[in-house]
Amino acid sequence: MASSVIELQDITKVYQMGQVKVHALRGVSLEVERGEMLAVMGPSGSGKSTLMNIIGCLDQPSSGTYLLEGKDVGRLNDDQLAAIRNRKIGFVFQTFNLLARTSAFENVMLPLIYAGVGRAERRERARRALEVVGLVDRMEHAPTELSGGEQQRVAIARALVNDPAIILADEPTGNLDSKSGAEVMAVLQRLNRERGLTVVLVTHDPTIARHTQRIVHLHDGRITRNEMVAEPLLAAGGEGV
Amino acid sequence: MSILESVRLAFRALAANKLRAALTMLGIIIGVGAVIALMSVGEGVSLYITTQFQGIGTNLLFVFPGTLDQGGMPGMSTATAELTNGDAEALRDPIRAPDVAAVSPQVLCSAVVATGSRNTAAQVIGVTSGFAEVRNWFPEMGEFIDQEDLNSRARVAVLGRTVVEDLFPDNPYPLEQTVKINGVPFRVIGVMEEKGGSEFGDVDNRVLVPLTTAQTRLFPSRSRSGEYLVSLIMVKAVSEDRMEAASEQIATILRERHGIAFADEDDFSIVSQSDILNVFGQITSVLTIFLGAIAGISLLVGGIGIMNIMLVSVTERTREIGLRKAVGARRRDILWQFLIEAMTLSLVGGIVGIGVGVLGAEVISVLIEDFRAVVSPQAVLLATTFSAAVGLFFGIYPARRASLLNPIDALRYE
Repeated sequence: MASSVIELQDITKVYQMGQVKVHALRGVSLEVERGEMLAVMGPSGSGKSTLMNIIGCLDQPSSGTYLLEGKDVGRLNDDQLAAIRNRKIGFVFQTFNLLARTSAFENVMLPLIYAGVGRAERRERARRALEVVGLVDRMEHAPTELSGGEQQRVAIARALVNDPAIILADEPTGNLDSKSGAEVMAVLQRLNRERGLTVVLVTHDPTIARHTQRIVHLHDGRITRNEMVAEPLLAAGGEGV
Repeated sequence: MSILESVRLAFRALAANKLRAALTMLGIIIGVGAVIALMSVGEGVSLYITTQFQGIGTNLLFVFPGTLDQGGMPGMSTATAELTNGDAEALRDPIRAPDVAAVSPQVLCSAVVATGSRNTAAQVIGVTSGFAEVRNWFPEMGEFIDQEDLNSRARVAVLGRTVVEDLFPDNPYPLEQTVKINGVPFRVIGVMEEKGGSEFGDVDNRVLVPLTTAQTRLFPSRSRSGEYLVSLIMVKAVSEDRMEAASEQIATILRERHGIAFADEDDFSIVSQSDILNVFGQITSVLTIFLGAIAGISLLVGGIGIMNIMLVSVTERTREIGLRKAVGARRRDILWQFLIEAMTLSLVGGIVGIGVGVLGAEVISVLIEDFRAVVSPQAVLLATTFSAAVGLFFGIYPARRASLLNPIDALRYE
């Protein structure tokens, strides 16, 4: 119990789309252990985005309980959710979502600004996070001056700069070529292995999914299969960075 | 997020779109500049009038025939009431009017003044010898009208500077020359010192003649009882704080002489210099408010420009807002970010606008002779406050819209 980072119990989510009620999630229960790396897979419309938004505290379930590090986050208001996202969750998006015309360094500092961290400490922590992803020498570059793989590594640095409980990666390799994709996966695997970071990956790519220890298959808003990966693939190129 | 950080963020966001920010600010710059320039002109007009009056002396009372309309201009009497030489004489009574120091009855009329080759239109005033002292206006050269001129109804004239320049361009002191006033020849005995513009038009465009001469030879008009009429009586009180008393003494004497019953209204008006100043003050403050309001409208339009551009900006930066929310920005963080951006636009515009307004006031001062626009601190403060308020008011709606964006939709926004 104490080691469960995420504990979802019978989560449902119903959207009202005009006259129609859409059942995006129909009772999902899921536990994620601290230090685990798992993938959520499913075809589009299976509810994996909704599940991702709920785990990331961007959205709230219609029913069921969600314990994040043992705390019920199901009935928090907007500002409290913002604080949870700030301190507990690191997002990595398919499209990177870095601020344009803003250096990598400052992009990484962004969560710390909203956490109210002082300027000197902010700089120090952002620097360390960039060290972890191997981009210290490029930290003054704007996103447009970085390759896709580098941009995604900046985004990972941003996700881990505030020492979150989990990193939520939504198709992190979806916009990358296979070499950059492998680099990004290698960084995530290394963070999981060396720092014990909990990583939840959403993907539709079975190969990417096999880089994790567990694959959760989602279909029509229900978990259909919970598959342990016997021998996770090891992403190449990660050790060099 | 601290205010300082928000301001830095705002400047960076605006710098990303320099032309757009500059054009948006232009609306505020024009608005604030117009407010300051126009209010300065209003202030300048009011200061101009005040200084013109101060030259006359502050303990003067003007007695006009007839009653003045409420808030009307002095001298525009409504009734057919009359003031006569006898009225003026009666005010000289030291026992009944102890606070009256000097009395100067006057006849005012426009006339054509001519030499053999030139002519000009000037105001001809019939005065007594006390005029120079009461009005604090003396001859620069030659003599002023004396009692003998009055007794003999002498055809002598003292010319103002403008009249001299018009009639004798080659001779600044045309003493002993002859001018014809409405065809009647007068001998020039003096030239008055230059006074500049004043409350009743150009003071220097005047010709002073003996009161009696004006009443008999130039503009003969008599009351029903056969007395000569005067246009107004200027009265100098013994001191400024005896003005009220002097005014009451004058009223008592004139009511008695005009046979006005206890309950009836006066058929004359006693106006002090400060009364006249008040009337002009009302006019100029209305003028200032009016000009300020017109300029305020342009400031309002500038504010709408800010709102427009902020709405565009919020839409353009939807993904940024989504991301900021995802990494922990609260609603009020986003609200402040956009609000400070809007207020930065309007305040920077306001500061530049102050410069433009001050410059505009200077230009107007240079263009119009004898006039100085006065940039008052109140106008600057008002314009600055107003521009900040405009930024706040027109920034709130876009900022609120940004802060209420759903992070999921915002992140997905293309």
